[in-house]
Amino acid sequence: MADVHGRKWDRCLADTAVKTVTGLGLGVLFSVVLFKLSPSGRTWPVSLGSGLGLGMGYANCQHDLRSPYLVHGSMVKDQ
Amino acid sequence: MLRACLRGANSSVRKNFGRTPLTNLQPCRHYTAGESGSGAGKVVAAGLVTVGGGIGGTVLYAKWDHKFRAAVETNVPYSDRLLGLALGPASQYGGPLQKQTESVQHGYKAETEKKSSESPAAEGGAVPAPPAPSIEEASVEATHIISAISEVSSIPAPCDSEVAAFKEECTECHAHKDTAVSAMEEPETEPGASEALKERPVEEVTARLAQQDQEEQEVLTSVSASLDDSLASSAKATLQAIGAQEAALQAIAQHTLRLKEAMEAEVPPEEKSAQWKDLEASLAERTSAVTAAETALSNANEALHSLKAVIDSSKGLKVAAVRPLVLAAEENLHNMVVDLDKVVTKVQSSESEAKIVSQYSELVNEAKLQFQREVTSLTPEIQANWKGLTGKLSEDDLNSLIAHAHRRIDQLNRELAEQRVREQIHIDASLEQQRLEDQKALEKAVSTALQHVKEEARLEQERKLSEMREVMEAEMRTQLRRQAAAHTDHVQDVLKVQETELRADAEQVLIRKLLEQETSYRQLSQEQLDDFTLDMNTAYARLKGVEEAIDSHVLAEEEARKAHHLWLSVEALNFTLKTAEADVPTQPLEGAAQAVRDSCHENDFALALASALPEESLQRGVYSEASLRARFNALRSLARRVALVDETHNSLYQYFLSYLQAALLFEDKQEAPPAQLSSDNLDPFKILSYASFCLEHGDLELAAKLVNQLRGEARRVVEDWLTEARLTLETRQVVSLLSAYANAVGLGTTQAP
Repeated sequence: MADVHGRKWDRCLADTAVKTVTGLGLGVLFSVVLFKLSPSGRTWPVSLGSGLGLGMGYANCQHDLRSPYLVHGSMVKDQ
Repeated sequence: MLRACLRGANSSVRKNFGRTPLTNLQPCRHYTAGESGSGAGKVVAAGLVTVGGGIGGTVLYAKWDHKFRAAVETNVPYSDRLLGLALGPASQYGGPLQKQTESVQHGYKAETEKKSSESPAAEGGAVPAPPAPSIEEASVEATHIISAISEVSSIPAPCDSEVAAFKEECTECHAHKDTAVSAMEEPETEPGASEALKERPVEEVTARLAQQDQEEQEVLTSVSASLDDSLASSAKATLQAIGAQEAALQAIAQHTLRLKEAMEAEVPPEEKSAQWKDLEASLAERTSAVTAAETALSNANEALHSLKAVIDSSKGLKVAAVRPLVLAAEENLHNMVVDLDKVVTKVQSSESEAKIVSQYSELVNEAKLQFQREVTSLTPEIQANWKGLTGKLSEDDLNSLIAHAHRRIDQLNRELAEQRVREQIHIDASLEQQRLEDQKALEKAVSTALQHVKEEARLEQERKLSEMREVMEAEMRTQLRRQAAAHTDHVQDVLKVQETELRADAEQVLIRKLLEQETSYRQLSQEQLDDFTLDMNTAYARLKGVEEAIDSHVLAEEEARKAHHLWLSVEALNFTLKTAEADVPTQPLEGAAQAVRDSCHENDFALALASALPEESLQRGVYSEASLRARFNALRSLARRVALVDETHNSLYQYFLSYLQAALLFEDKQEAPPAQLSSDNLDPFKILSYASFCLEHGDLELAAKLVNQLRGEARRVVEDWLTEARLTLETRQVVSLLSAYANAVGLGTTQAP
């Protein structure tokens, strides 16, 4: 069970990181697109995006850790 | 995923190599079980062999050494029966019987010896040959010697007859000697033997007789040898002398003849000188022959003297057997002397004749010489041989010669007349002389003849004496033989009677002894039978006992073996528990558990226990305590970290708080758990430290119990560990129960010494 716990934490952290970076990226992108046209740059989409990502990750992590007997399966592809 | 792969690889490796220790144990188990099972049987067999060997060795030694047998029989009760059964009774009965038979035999032997000593004495008299084969041998030797002597002296024809005569006489004398010896021996030994019968034992008499015989034989042989030697030498010398004398005789005769021829024959002058030469040669021959004859004669006389001396000395020995020898030697001597004398007289006569002839020849020679001298004195220039000269003489010479011749004739006529006148006187004188000489010769011849006759008469007397003696001896022998025959008859009768008596006695004794032997034998055999049945019964009972003991032993052995088997299987099971390595479970216990189940078929308790092993341990094996301990340490930190999280508080924030708490809270690494747990001790940190303490001190059970008190996420986290610990504890419990049971059973089956 410790391993599962550990694995869960691994996945959770990885997932959160990915989501945060993705949100950050999207925010940067949005910010560039949206305010390219405007003379003053607005950086609030970056933080929005990263926040979104982080939150999603956190929620996922929590949900995962709350249901400890739920083990994630993986599809084994026939090769 | 990686870890799963690693674990899977390790477990497969473990499976491949880990089975071998388990399988190796099985054959070892069989061997050790088998060896322990046959040990008692070996002990029993060794004991039986030792006992049997001891008894057998004792019996054999008793057979060999009778003293040992007696000692054993006195010391060990009933051993005499055993030894009698094995070896037969001790040899005591043979002794007295043997002694009796020996004494009887000895008596018989002595009597037969006496008989045998007398019979040869009685029988040996009349027949010369049988009793003394040695004497025959001696006679054979003597004839050999005589023949050898005859070979040595190669004598001309007239002497051979004398040699043959000598030979015959010698053999005769030896034959006489034989009979005389035997005749002499027996009368001497007879009185000796008859005396000895009364006084001395048989062996001494025979020894004495043998000694006497030997002595006489020795003397006889020596005397005969000496006599033979001297006889031989004297015979040789005599023969030589006779030969020489004959040769001298011949030489003298020849010489005389030649002389006569030379004197009277009218031969031509050239042969005359040859004739005179021959004459001279023959004269020389005659002288030499005469001298040789004289030396030979002296030798012969010497030899004859020595023979006479030997004969006298042997006469002086006073041994009866020697007398005929002496007699024969004397006869030989006499003969030789006679012959020698004859020959000497012959020679002397011929010599005297020769003397006359030589004297005549000398006279003639003298006259011739005288005439020659006269002729030469008259006619000095004429040669000696006047007869041959016819034409050379002158008339004067012839006339003077004729005148001389006439004068000579006158002288001779006158001498002749004178001579005729003196003839008668001379003849008388010569006759007288001749008569005197003849008388002397006659006297000498008479004396020698008288001597010879005397000698012959004496010899004849002695011969007659010896013959008489022989006859008397023969008569005496026959008388003695008759006596001996009568004695033997009497002795035979007595012996027959004695024999019958003794036989009867001996038979009596024999019958009695046989009866005794038979009764004793019957007794012994009955005893033997009784002993034997007794022994058989005891042996049978013992055999039964032994069989029962063996059976019970076998059962006990079987039980012990089974217990041992079980114990071994349990030990194997125990061992498999130890095969766990760090983080790797043990071998699956299936094999060992199966072995345990096999080794306790009929034992319900063990069977139940064996089947109580948890399935997981059977299939997968259990973790060792060390691995659990190590794992717990890792788990502990994790449990600490999720201490605050449970079903209700399980948000991520809670996780964060729980992490914070874990980071900030410090508790004892290990803390001894109290005897009773109260609710405030159910703090997870405390629990963890208690559990850690218990683990460090090897108390997995308590640790598990404590860990079981965790709740929430911590509980979830240590769930695996807990199940593993539970599994291990369960397995260990079952195994320890089984081993305790196996030990108990094993102890129960061992027999206390």
